[in-house]
Amino acid sequence: MRRLLASAWPPALALAVLTLAWDLAANAAHASLSLPGPWLVVRSTWADRSDLGPAIATTTEEAVLGIALAIVCAVVLALAIDFSQGVRRSVYPLMIVSQTIPFIALAPLVVIWFGFGEAPKIALVALFTFFAIAVSTIRGLDSAEPDTMSLLRTMGASRLQILWHVRMPSALPQFFTGLKIGITFSYVAAIFAEYVGATGGIGYYMNAAKEGGNTDLVFGATIVATVLTMALFGVVVAVERAVIRWRPQAMAEATW
Amino acid sequence: MVTLAPPAGAELELRGLRKTYEWRGETLLTLDGVDMLARPGEFVALIGPSGCGKSTLFHILAGLEAPSGGEVLIDGASVTSRLGAFAFMPQRDALLPWRRTIDNVTIGLEVAGVKRADARARAAPLLERFGLGGFEWAWPWQLSGGMRSRAAFLRTILLGKPGLLLDEPFGALDGITRSELQQWLLEVWSEVGSTVALITHDVAEAVFLADRVYVMTPRPGRIATVIDIELPRPRTLAVQESPEFGAHEALLREALRAHARA
Repeated sequence: MRRLLASAWPPALALAVLTLAWDLAANAAHASLSLPGPWLVVRSTWADRSDLGPAIATTTEEAVLGIALAIVCAVVLALAIDFSQGVRRSVYPLMIVSQTIPFIALAPLVVIWFGFGEAPKIALVALFTFFAIAVSTIRGLDSAEPDTMSLLRTMGASRLQILWHVRMPSALPQFFTGLKIGITFSYVAAIFAEYVGATGGIGYYMNAAKEGGNTDLVFGATIVATVLTMALFGVVVAVERAVIRWRPQAMAEATW
Repeated sequence: MVTLAPPAGAELELRGLRKTYEWRGETLLTLDGVDMLARPGEFVALIGPSGCGKSTLFHILAGLEAPSGGEVLIDGASVTSRLGAFAFMPQRDALLPWRRTIDNVTIGLEVAGVKRADARARAAPLLERFGLGGFEWAWPWQLSGGMRSRAAFLRTILLGKPGLLLDEPFGALDGITRSELQQWLLEVWSEVGSTVALITHDVAEAVFLADRVYVMTPRPGRIATVIDIELPRPRTLAVQESPEFGAHEALLREALRAHARA
Protein backbone atom coordinates (compact mmCIF):
# COMPACT_ATOMS: atom_id res chain seq x y z
CA MET A 1 0.00 0.00 0.00
CA ARG A 2 2.82 2.36 0.90
CA ARG A 3 4.48 1.49 -2.38
CA LEU A 4 1.25 2.22 -4.23
CA LEU A 5 1.08 5.64 -2.56
CA ALA A 6 4.72 6.26 -3.37
CA SER A 7 4.12 5.52 -7.03
CA ALA A 8 0.81 7.41 -7.12
CA TRP A 9 1.89 10.88 -6.02
CA PRO A 10 4.03 11.91 -9.04
CA PRO A 11 1.21 11.42 -11.58
CA ALA A 12 -1.23 12.98 -9.09
CA LEU A 13 0.99 16.04 -8.86
CA ALA A 14 1.30 16.22 -12.65
CA LEU A 15 -2.49 16.01 -12.92
CA ALA A 16 -2.93 18.79 -10.38
CA VAL A 17 -0.52 21.02 -12.30
CA LEU A 18 -2.37 20.34 -15.55
CA THR A 19 -5.73 21.09 -13.92
CA LEU A 20 -4.34 24.33 -12.53
CA ALA A 21 -3.03 25.29 -15.97
CA TRP A 22 -6.41 24.49 -17.45
CA ASP A 23 -8.11 26.66 -14.81
CA LEU A 24 -5.74 29.58 -15.47
CA ALA A 25 -6.16 29.28 -19.25
CA ALA A 26 -9.95 29.16 -18.93
CA ASN A 27 -9.96 32.25 -16.71
CA ALA A 28 -7.65 34.14 -19.05
CA ALA A 29 -9.67 33.24 -22.14
CA HIS A 30 -13.00 34.35 -20.65
CA ALA A 31 -14.70 31.98 -23.07
CA SER A 32 -16.71 29.53 -20.99
CA LEU A 33 -18.38 28.17 -24.12
CA SER A 34 -15.29 26.97 -25.99
CA LEU A 35 -13.07 26.42 -22.95
CA PRO A 36 -14.99 25.92 -19.71
CA GLY A 37 -12.85 25.81 -16.57
CA PRO A 38 -12.48 22.62 -14.49
CA TRP A 39 -14.81 23.76 -11.68
CA LEU A 40 -17.54 24.71 -14.10
CA VAL A 41 -17.20 21.31 -15.78
CA VAL A 42 -17.47 19.47 -12.47
CA ARG A 43 -20.44 21.56 -11.31
CA SER A 44 -22.45 21.25 -14.53
CA THR A 45 -21.71 17.56 -14.94
CA TRP A 46 -22.79 16.82 -11.38
CA ALA A 47 -25.94 18.89 -11.91
CA ASP A 48 -26.72 16.86 -15.00
CA ARG A 49 -26.12 13.47 -13.34
CA SER A 50 -29.69 12.26 -13.86
CA ASP A 51 -29.09 12.35 -17.63
CA LEU A 52 -25.48 11.23 -17.57
CA GLY A 53 -26.14 8.28 -15.23
CA PRO A 54 -28.21 6.21 -17.67
CA ALA A 55 -25.74 7.08 -20.46
CA ILE A 56 -22.91 5.67 -18.35
CA ALA A 57 -24.90 2.50 -17.71
CA THR A 58 -25.62 2.00 -21.42
CA THR A 59 -22.04 2.56 -22.56
CA THR A 60 -20.61 0.42 -19.78
CA GLU A 61 -22.91 -2.41 -20.76
CA GLU A 62 -21.77 -2.12 -24.39
CA ALA A 63 -18.10 -1.96 -23.44
CA VAL A 64 -18.28 -4.92 -21.09
CA LEU A 65 -20.36 -7.09 -23.43
CA GLY A 66 -18.08 -6.14 -26.35
CA ILE A 67 -14.99 -7.14 -24.37
CA ALA A 68 -16.66 -10.38 -23.31
CA LEU A 69 -17.51 -11.18 -26.93
CA ALA A 70 -13.92 -10.34 -27.95
CA ILE A 71 -12.51 -12.61 -25.22
CA VAL A 72 -14.68 -15.54 -26.27
CA CYS A 73 -13.85 -15.13 -29.97
CA ALA A 74 -10.14 -14.51 -29.33
CA VAL A 75 -9.72 -17.52 -27.04
CA VAL A 76 -11.66 -19.84 -29.34
CA LEU A 77 -9.62 -18.69 -32.33
CA ALA A 78 -6.33 -18.91 -30.42
CA LEU A 79 -7.12 -22.48 -29.37
CA ALA A 80 -8.12 -23.40 -32.92
CA ILE A 81 -4.86 -21.94 -34.25
CA ASP A 82 -2.96 -23.73 -31.49
CA PHE A 83 -4.56 -27.04 -32.31
CA SER A 84 -4.50 -27.00 -36.10
CA GLN A 85 -1.57 -26.11 -38.34
CA GLY A 86 -4.10 -25.69 -41.14
CA VAL A 87 -6.01 -23.02 -39.25
CA ARG A 88 -2.75 -21.36 -38.21
CA ARG A 89 -1.51 -21.15 -41.80
CA SER A 90 -4.81 -19.98 -43.29
CA VAL A 91 -6.40 -17.76 -40.65
CA TYR A 92 -3.46 -16.21 -38.77
CA PRO A 93 -2.10 -14.18 -41.73
CA LEU A 94 -5.61 -12.98 -42.57
CA MET A 95 -6.07 -11.91 -38.97
CA ILE A 96 -2.87 -9.83 -39.08
CA VAL A 97 -3.90 -8.26 -42.39
CA SER A 98 -7.37 -7.52 -40.99
CA GLN A 99 -5.72 -5.05 -38.63
CA THR A 100 -5.06 -2.73 -41.55
CA ILE A 101 -8.83 -2.35 -42.07
CA PRO A 102 -9.89 1.06 -40.73
CA PHE A 103 -12.63 -0.11 -38.38
CA ILE A 104 -13.51 3.50 -37.64
CA ALA A 105 -14.58 3.88 -41.26
CA LEU A 106 -16.64 0.73 -40.89
CA ALA A 107 -18.70 2.14 -38.02
CA PRO A 108 -21.45 3.62 -40.23
CA LEU A 109 -21.74 0.30 -42.04
CA VAL A 110 -22.01 -1.56 -38.77
CA VAL A 111 -24.87 0.75 -37.80
CA ILE A 112 -26.57 0.08 -41.13
CA TRP A 113 -26.21 -3.66 -40.60
CA PHE A 114 -27.16 -3.88 -36.95
CA GLY A 115 -29.36 -0.81 -36.44
CA PHE A 116 -29.30 1.87 -33.75
CA GLY A 117 -29.49 -0.42 -30.74
CA GLU A 118 -26.67 -1.80 -28.63
CA ALA A 119 -25.69 -4.59 -31.02
CA PRO A 120 -23.52 -2.48 -33.40
CA LYS A 121 -21.75 -0.90 -30.41
CA ILE A 122 -20.97 -4.30 -28.92
CA ALA A 123 -19.78 -5.49 -32.33
CA LEU A 124 -17.49 -2.50 -32.78
CA VAL A 125 -16.01 -2.82 -29.27
CA ALA A 126 -15.33 -6.49 -30.00
CA LEU A 127 -13.73 -5.64 -33.36
CA PHE A 128 -11.44 -3.10 -31.71
CA THR A 129 -10.33 -5.25 -28.78
CA PHE A 130 -10.30 -8.73 -30.34
CA PHE A 131 -6.95 -8.46 -32.08
CA ALA A 132 -4.79 -7.59 -29.07
CA ILE A 133 -6.34 -10.38 -27.02
CA ALA A 134 -6.10 -12.99 -29.79
CA VAL A 135 -2.51 -12.28 -30.79
CA SER A 136 -1.21 -12.22 -27.24
CA THR A 137 -3.08 -15.41 -26.36
CA ILE A 138 -1.59 -17.18 -29.38
CA ARG A 139 1.89 -15.94 -28.44
CA GLY A 140 1.24 -17.02 -24.88
CA LEU A 141 0.28 -20.55 -25.90
CA ASP A 142 3.42 -20.73 -28.03
CA SER A 143 5.56 -19.63 -25.09
CA ALA A 144 5.08 -22.94 -23.25
CA GLU A 145 8.38 -24.63 -22.33
CA PRO A 146 9.22 -27.45 -24.78
CA ASP A 147 10.99 -29.38 -21.99
CA THR A 148 7.90 -29.33 -19.83
CA MET A 149 5.70 -30.49 -22.69
CA SER A 150 8.16 -33.30 -23.48
CA LEU A 151 8.08 -34.36 -19.84
CA LEU A 152 4.30 -34.62 -19.90
CA ARG A 153 4.46 -36.57 -23.15
CA THR A 154 6.77 -39.11 -21.47
CA MET A 155 4.06 -39.47 -18.84
CA GLY A 156 1.68 -40.48 -21.61
CA ALA A 157 -0.23 -37.18 -21.57
CA SER A 158 -2.63 -36.49 -24.45
CA ARG A 159 -2.53 -33.31 -26.50
CA LEU A 160 -5.54 -32.03 -24.62
CA GLN A 161 -3.89 -32.73 -21.27
CA ILE A 162 -0.74 -30.88 -22.37
CA LEU A 163 -2.91 -27.98 -23.50
CA TRP A 164 -4.69 -27.91 -20.14
CA HIS A 165 -1.73 -28.50 -17.83
CA VAL A 166 1.02 -26.62 -19.68
CA ARG A 167 0.02 -24.48 -22.64
CA MET A 168 -3.02 -22.73 -21.19
CA PRO A 169 -1.41 -21.76 -17.88
CA SER A 170 1.66 -20.58 -19.85
CA ALA A 171 -0.62 -18.35 -21.92
CA LEU A 172 -2.38 -16.65 -19.00
CA PRO A 173 0.12 -13.82 -18.34
CA GLN A 174 0.18 -12.82 -22.02
CA PHE A 175 -3.58 -13.21 -22.30
CA PHE A 176 -3.98 -10.63 -19.53
CA THR A 177 -1.45 -8.32 -21.21
CA GLY A 178 -3.57 -8.45 -24.37
CA LEU A 179 -6.75 -7.93 -22.39
CA LYS A 180 -5.28 -4.85 -20.70
CA ILE A 181 -4.37 -3.40 -24.11
CA GLY A 182 -7.84 -4.25 -25.45
CA ILE A 183 -9.60 -2.73 -22.44
CA THR A 184 -8.19 0.70 -23.19
CA PHE A 185 -10.06 0.69 -26.53
CA SER A 186 -13.37 -0.53 -25.13
CA TYR A 187 -15.07 2.72 -24.04
CA VAL A 188 -13.54 4.66 -26.92
CA ALA A 189 -14.97 2.20 -29.43
CA ALA A 190 -18.40 2.16 -27.79
CA ILE A 191 -18.55 5.97 -27.60
CA PHE A 192 -17.48 6.31 -31.20
CA ALA A 193 -20.14 3.86 -32.33
CA GLU A 194 -22.72 5.88 -30.38
CA TYR A 195 -21.52 9.04 -32.09
CA VAL A 196 -22.36 7.53 -35.45
CA GLY A 197 -25.89 6.65 -34.53
CA ALA A 198 -27.53 5.79 -31.24
CA THR A 199 -30.42 6.49 -28.97
CA GLY A 200 -28.43 6.53 -25.73
CA GLY A 201 -25.01 6.20 -24.15
CA ILE A 202 -22.11 8.54 -23.46
CA GLY A 203 -21.44 9.16 -27.18
CA TYR A 204 -25.06 10.10 -27.76
CA TYR A 205 -24.97 12.30 -24.64
CA MET A 206 -21.83 14.09 -25.87
CA ASN A 207 -23.37 14.64 -29.29
CA ALA A 208 -26.49 16.10 -27.73
CA ALA A 209 -24.44 18.31 -25.39
CA LYS A 210 -22.38 19.59 -28.32
CA GLU A 211 -25.49 20.37 -30.36
CA GLY A 212 -26.97 22.23 -27.40
CA GLY A 213 -23.79 24.26 -26.96
CA ASN A 214 -23.03 22.70 -23.56
CA THR A 215 -19.28 22.35 -23.97
CA ASP A 216 -18.86 21.89 -20.23
CA LEU A 217 -20.93 18.67 -20.42
CA VAL A 218 -18.83 17.41 -23.34
CA PHE A 219 -15.73 17.89 -21.20
CA GLY A 220 -17.45 16.26 -18.25
CA ALA A 221 -18.49 13.22 -20.26
CA THR A 222 -14.94 12.87 -21.59
CA ILE A 223 -13.52 12.85 -18.08
CA VAL A 224 -16.15 10.34 -16.99
CA ALA A 225 -15.22 8.04 -19.92
CA THR A 226 -11.57 8.23 -18.92
CA VAL A 227 -12.32 7.35 -15.32
CA LEU A 228 -14.56 4.46 -16.44
CA THR A 229 -11.81 3.07 -18.68
CA MET A 230 -9.34 3.23 -15.79
CA ALA A 231 -11.84 1.48 -13.52
CA LEU A 232 -12.33 -1.32 -16.04
CA PHE A 233 -8.55 -1.61 -16.35
CA GLY A 234 -8.36 -1.87 -12.57
CA VAL A 235 -10.91 -4.69 -12.59
CA VAL A 236 -8.79 -6.62 -15.09
CA VAL A 237 -5.66 -6.11 -12.99
CA ALA A 238 -7.52 -7.37 -9.92
CA VAL A 239 -8.78 -10.46 -11.78
CA GLU A 240 -5.27 -11.08 -13.12
CA ARG A 241 -3.82 -11.01 -9.62
CA ALA A 242 -6.51 -13.36 -8.35
CA VAL A 243 -5.92 -15.82 -11.21
CA ILE A 244 -2.12 -15.70 -11.48
CA ARG A 245 -1.16 -16.30 -7.89
CA TRP A 246 2.02 -18.25 -8.54
CA ARG A 247 4.31 -15.34 -9.38
CA PRO A 248 6.38 -13.58 -6.76
CA GLN A 249 4.76 -10.26 -5.82
CA ALA A 250 7.63 -8.23 -7.28
CA MET A 251 7.18 -9.91 -10.64
CA ALA A 252 3.43 -9.35 -10.57
CA GLU A 253 3.94 -5.64 -9.93
CA ALA A 254 6.46 -5.35 -12.73
CA THR A 255 3.78 -6.36 -15.23
CA TRP A 256 1.83 -3.16 -14.60
CA MET B 1 9.03 -44.05 8.42
CA VAL B 2 6.85 -43.95 5.35
CA THR B 3 7.71 -46.66 2.91
CA LEU B 4 7.50 -46.54 -0.85
CA ALA B 5 5.53 -49.11 -2.77
CA PRO B 6 8.21 -51.05 -4.64
CA PRO B 7 7.62 -51.49 -8.36
CA ALA B 8 9.75 -54.43 -9.49
CA GLY B 9 12.59 -53.37 -11.75
CA ALA B 10 12.33 -54.02 -15.46
CA GLU B 11 15.08 -55.30 -17.70
CA LEU B 12 16.12 -52.68 -20.21
CA GLU B 13 18.17 -53.47 -23.27
CA LEU B 14 19.34 -51.43 -26.26
CA ARG B 15 20.43 -53.25 -29.40
CA GLY B 16 22.34 -51.44 -32.12
CA LEU B 17 20.52 -48.17 -31.53
CA ARG B 18 21.23 -45.67 -34.31
CA LYS B 19 20.06 -42.11 -34.84
CA THR B 20 20.69 -39.90 -37.84
CA TYR B 21 19.42 -36.39 -38.56
CA GLU B 22 19.00 -34.76 -41.93
CA TRP B 23 20.39 -31.26 -41.98
CA ARG B 24 20.82 -29.13 -45.11
CA GLY B 25 20.88 -32.17 -47.31
CA GLU B 26 23.52 -33.88 -45.19
CA THR B 27 23.05 -36.88 -42.96
CA LEU B 28 24.42 -36.40 -39.46
CA LEU B 29 25.12 -39.55 -37.50
CA THR B 30 24.39 -38.89 -33.83
CA LEU B 31 24.19 -42.37 -32.33
CA ASP B 32 26.08 -45.19 -33.98
CA GLY B 33 25.05 -48.62 -32.79
CA VAL B 34 24.57 -48.27 -29.04
CA ASP B 35 24.25 -51.51 -27.06
CA MET B 36 23.34 -51.36 -23.40
CA LEU B 37 21.85 -53.63 -20.79
CA ALA B 38 20.34 -52.89 -17.40
CA ARG B 39 19.14 -55.98 -15.52
CA PRO B 40 16.11 -55.71 -13.27
CA GLY B 41 16.90 -53.45 -10.33
CA GLU B 42 20.31 -52.41 -11.64
CA PHE B 43 21.69 -48.89 -11.65
CA VAL B 44 23.59 -48.08 -14.83
CA ALA B 45 25.22 -44.79 -15.72
CA LEU B 46 26.00 -43.29 -19.09
CA ILE B 47 28.91 -40.91 -19.22
CA GLY B 48 30.41 -38.98 -22.08
CA PRO B 49 31.43 -35.53 -23.25
CA SER B 50 28.69 -33.05 -24.10
CA GLY B 51 27.33 -33.50 -27.58
CA CYS B 52 27.87 -37.26 -27.59
CA GLY B 53 24.15 -37.92 -27.96
CA LYS B 54 23.36 -38.95 -24.37
CA SER B 55 20.24 -36.82 -24.23
CA THR B 56 19.15 -37.99 -27.67
CA LEU B 57 19.53 -41.55 -26.42
CA PHE B 58 17.28 -40.79 -23.46
CA HIS B 59 14.71 -39.05 -25.64
CA ILE B 60 14.58 -42.20 -27.75
CA LEU B 61 14.25 -44.37 -24.65
CA ALA B 62 11.46 -42.21 -23.26
CA GLY B 63 9.62 -42.43 -26.58
CA LEU B 64 9.98 -38.75 -27.54
CA GLU B 65 11.95 -39.60 -30.67
CA ALA B 66 12.11 -42.64 -32.90
CA PRO B 67 15.47 -44.32 -33.53
CA SER B 68 16.75 -44.58 -37.11
CA GLY B 69 17.80 -48.15 -36.44
CA GLY B 70 18.09 -50.76 -33.72
CA GLU B 71 15.61 -51.57 -31.01
CA VAL B 72 14.66 -51.01 -27.40
CA LEU B 73 13.70 -54.09 -25.40
CA ILE B 74 11.80 -53.98 -22.14
CA ASP B 75 11.83 -57.31 -20.30
CA GLY B 76 12.98 -58.97 -23.49
CA ALA B 77 10.27 -57.62 -25.77
CA SER B 78 10.84 -54.96 -28.40
CA VAL B 79 8.72 -51.91 -27.55
CA THR B 80 8.25 -49.27 -30.23
CA SER B 81 5.85 -46.82 -28.55
CA ARG B 82 7.40 -46.04 -25.20
CA LEU B 83 5.59 -42.87 -24.10
CA GLY B 84 4.45 -43.63 -20.58
CA ALA B 85 6.72 -46.69 -20.23
CA PHE B 86 9.47 -45.05 -18.15
CA ALA B 87 9.63 -42.41 -15.47
CA PHE B 88 11.73 -39.63 -16.98
CA MET B 89 13.49 -36.93 -15.00
CA PRO B 90 14.71 -34.17 -17.34
CA GLN B 91 17.86 -32.10 -16.94
CA ARG B 92 16.12 -29.05 -15.63
CA ASP B 93 13.52 -29.92 -13.04
CA ALA B 94 10.63 -28.77 -15.29
CA LEU B 95 8.42 -28.01 -12.30
CA LEU B 96 5.24 -26.24 -13.38
CA PRO B 97 5.38 -22.68 -11.96
CA TRP B 98 1.59 -22.57 -11.49
CA ARG B 99 1.42 -25.70 -9.34
CA ARG B 100 2.23 -25.88 -5.68
CA THR B 101 4.77 -28.48 -4.55
CA ILE B 102 2.17 -31.13 -3.75
CA ASP B 103 0.47 -30.66 -7.12
CA ASN B 104 3.78 -30.66 -8.97
CA VAL B 105 4.80 -34.04 -7.59
CA THR B 106 1.37 -35.51 -8.44
CA ILE B 107 1.10 -34.21 -12.03
CA GLY B 108 1.93 -37.66 -13.39
CA LEU B 109 -0.83 -39.24 -11.36
CA GLU B 110 -3.30 -36.62 -12.56
CA VAL B 111 -2.26 -37.23 -16.17
CA ALA B 112 -2.89 -40.93 -15.52
CA GLY B 113 -6.44 -40.08 -14.45
CA VAL B 114 -6.10 -40.12 -10.67
CA LYS B 115 -8.36 -37.52 -9.02
CA ARG B 116 -6.49 -34.57 -7.58
CA ALA B 117 -7.62 -35.26 -4.01
CA ASP B 118 -6.55 -38.91 -4.22
CA ALA B 119 -3.22 -37.98 -5.80
CA ARG B 120 -2.56 -35.48 -3.02
CA ALA B 121 -3.45 -38.04 -0.39
CA ARG B 122 -0.96 -40.45 -1.92
CA ALA B 123 1.83 -37.89 -2.09
CA ALA B 124 1.30 -36.15 1.24
CA PRO B 125 3.08 -38.72 3.47
CA LEU B 126 6.05 -38.89 1.07
CA LEU B 127 6.74 -35.16 1.01
CA GLU B 128 8.13 -35.33 4.54
CA ARG B 129 10.45 -38.19 3.59
CA PHE B 130 11.67 -36.26 0.59
CA GLY B 131 12.64 -33.29 2.72
CA LEU B 132 9.73 -31.20 1.52
CA GLY B 133 7.74 -31.21 4.77
CA GLY B 134 6.24 -27.77 5.41
CA PHE B 135 6.65 -26.83 1.75
CA GLU B 136 3.62 -28.73 0.41
CA TRP B 137 1.84 -25.51 -0.50
CA ALA B 138 4.86 -23.50 -1.61
CA TRP B 139 5.19 -22.34 -5.20
CA PRO B 140 8.26 -23.61 -7.10
CA TRP B 141 10.01 -20.21 -6.98
CA GLN B 142 9.95 -20.41 -3.21
CA LEU B 143 11.95 -23.68 -3.16
CA SER B 144 15.75 -23.98 -3.02
CA GLY B 145 17.59 -25.75 -5.82
CA GLY B 146 17.93 -28.90 -3.72
CA MET B 147 14.23 -28.90 -2.87
CA ARG B 148 13.29 -28.46 -6.51
CA SER B 149 15.41 -31.49 -7.38
CA ARG B 150 13.79 -33.51 -4.58
CA ALA B 151 10.34 -32.49 -5.80
CA ALA B 152 11.23 -33.43 -9.38
CA PHE B 153 12.55 -36.79 -8.14
CA LEU B 154 9.45 -37.47 -6.05
CA ARG B 155 7.37 -36.67 -9.13
CA THR B 156 9.44 -39.27 -11.00
CA ILE B 157 9.10 -41.90 -8.25
CA LEU B 158 5.35 -41.34 -7.90
CA LEU B 159 4.88 -42.40 -11.50
CA GLY B 160 5.50 -45.91 -10.12
CA LYS B 161 7.38 -47.14 -13.19
CA PRO B 162 9.77 -50.11 -13.13
CA GLY B 163 12.37 -48.06 -15.04
CA LEU B 164 13.72 -44.60 -14.22
CA LEU B 165 15.57 -42.39 -16.69
CA LEU B 166 17.51 -39.65 -14.91
CA ASP B 167 19.08 -37.06 -17.22
CA GLU B 168 21.77 -35.22 -15.23
CA PRO B 169 19.34 -34.82 -12.35
CA PHE B 170 21.69 -32.88 -10.07
CA GLY B 171 23.66 -31.05 -12.75
CA ALA B 172 22.51 -27.60 -11.67
CA LEU B 173 23.25 -28.02 -7.96
CA ASP B 174 26.24 -26.98 -5.87
CA GLY B 175 28.67 -29.70 -4.76
CA ILE B 176 27.47 -30.06 -1.18
CA THR B 177 23.78 -30.30 -2.07
CA ARG B 178 24.64 -32.65 -4.90
CA SER B 179 26.47 -35.26 -2.82
CA GLU B 180 23.73 -35.05 -0.19
CA LEU B 181 21.13 -35.78 -2.85
CA GLN B 182 23.21 -38.60 -4.36
CA GLN B 183 23.32 -40.36 -1.01
CA TRP B 184 19.62 -39.86 -0.57
CA LEU B 185 18.90 -41.05 -4.12
CA LEU B 186 20.63 -44.34 -3.31
CA GLU B 187 18.50 -44.77 -0.19
CA VAL B 188 15.26 -44.21 -2.08
CA TRP B 189 16.36 -46.44 -4.95
CA SER B 190 17.27 -49.30 -2.58
CA GLU B 191 13.68 -49.13 -1.35
CA VAL B 192 11.81 -48.94 -4.66
CA GLY B 193 14.03 -51.45 -6.47
CA SER B 194 13.38 -50.04 -9.92
CA THR B 195 15.93 -50.17 -12.71
CA VAL B 196 17.75 -46.87 -13.16
CA ALA B 197 19.58 -45.41 -16.13
CA LEU B 198 21.45 -42.20 -15.30
CA ILE B 199 23.11 -39.70 -17.60
CA THR B 200 25.96 -37.75 -16.10
CA HIS B 201 29.21 -36.06 -17.00
CA ASP B 202 30.44 -36.25 -13.42
CA VAL B 203 32.91 -39.13 -12.98
CA ALA B 204 32.55 -39.30 -9.17
CA GLU B 205 28.75 -39.33 -9.46
CA ALA B 206 28.85 -42.24 -11.91
CA VAL B 207 31.20 -44.28 -9.70
CA PHE B 208 29.27 -43.54 -6.51
CA LEU B 209 25.83 -44.37 -7.87
CA ALA B 210 26.14 -47.00 -10.57
CA ASP B 211 26.64 -50.75 -10.81
CA ARG B 212 28.02 -50.29 -14.30
CA VAL B 213 29.14 -47.30 -16.33
CA TYR B 214 28.85 -47.03 -20.10
CA VAL B 215 31.43 -44.64 -21.50
CA MET B 216 30.39 -42.91 -24.70
CA THR B 217 32.56 -41.46 -27.44
CA PRO B 218 32.07 -37.95 -28.79
CA ARG B 219 29.97 -37.57 -31.91
CA PRO B 220 28.86 -39.92 -33.24
CA GLY B 221 27.95 -41.50 -29.91
CA ARG B 222 29.13 -45.07 -29.46
CA ILE B 223 29.76 -47.14 -26.37
CA ALA B 224 33.53 -46.95 -26.04
CA THR B 225 33.86 -49.18 -23.05
CA VAL B 226 31.90 -50.57 -20.11
CA ILE B 227 33.26 -50.38 -16.59
CA ASP B 228 31.81 -52.40 -13.72
CA ILE B 229 31.83 -50.62 -10.38
CA GLU B 230 32.69 -53.23 -7.79
CA LEU B 231 32.01 -51.21 -4.67
CA PRO B 232 29.86 -52.90 -2.03
CA ARG B 233 26.37 -51.63 -1.28
CA PRO B 234 24.87 -49.92 0.59
CA ARG B 235 27.28 -47.12 -0.25
CA THR B 236 27.67 -44.04 1.89
CA LEU B 237 29.56 -40.87 1.14
CA ALA B 238 32.48 -42.30 3.13
CA VAL B 239 33.17 -44.77 0.33
CA GLN B 240 34.35 -41.83 -1.77
CA GLU B 241 37.45 -41.61 0.44
CA SER B 242 38.42 -45.25 -0.16
CA PRO B 243 41.30 -46.23 -2.50
CA GLU B 244 38.92 -48.51 -4.43
CA PHE B 245 36.73 -45.53 -5.23
CA GLY B 246 39.75 -43.59 -6.39
CA ALA B 247 40.87 -46.50 -8.56
CA HIS B 248 37.49 -46.68 -10.26
CA GLU B 249 37.51 -42.95 -10.82
CA ALA B 250 40.97 -43.12 -12.36
CA LEU B 251 39.89 -45.97 -14.63
CA LEU B 252 36.85 -44.06 -15.79
CA ARG B 253 38.79 -40.83 -16.37
CA GLU B 254 41.37 -42.73 -18.35
CA ALA B 255 38.64 -44.30 -20.51
CA LEU B 256 37.10 -40.88 -21.17
CA ARG B 257 40.49 -39.43 -22.09
CA ALA B 258 41.36 -42.33 -24.37
CA HIS B 259 38.19 -41.81 -26.37
CA ALA B 260 38.04 -38.03 -26.25
CA ARG B 261 39.63 -37.83 -29.70
CA ALA B 262 38.35 -40.85 -31.54
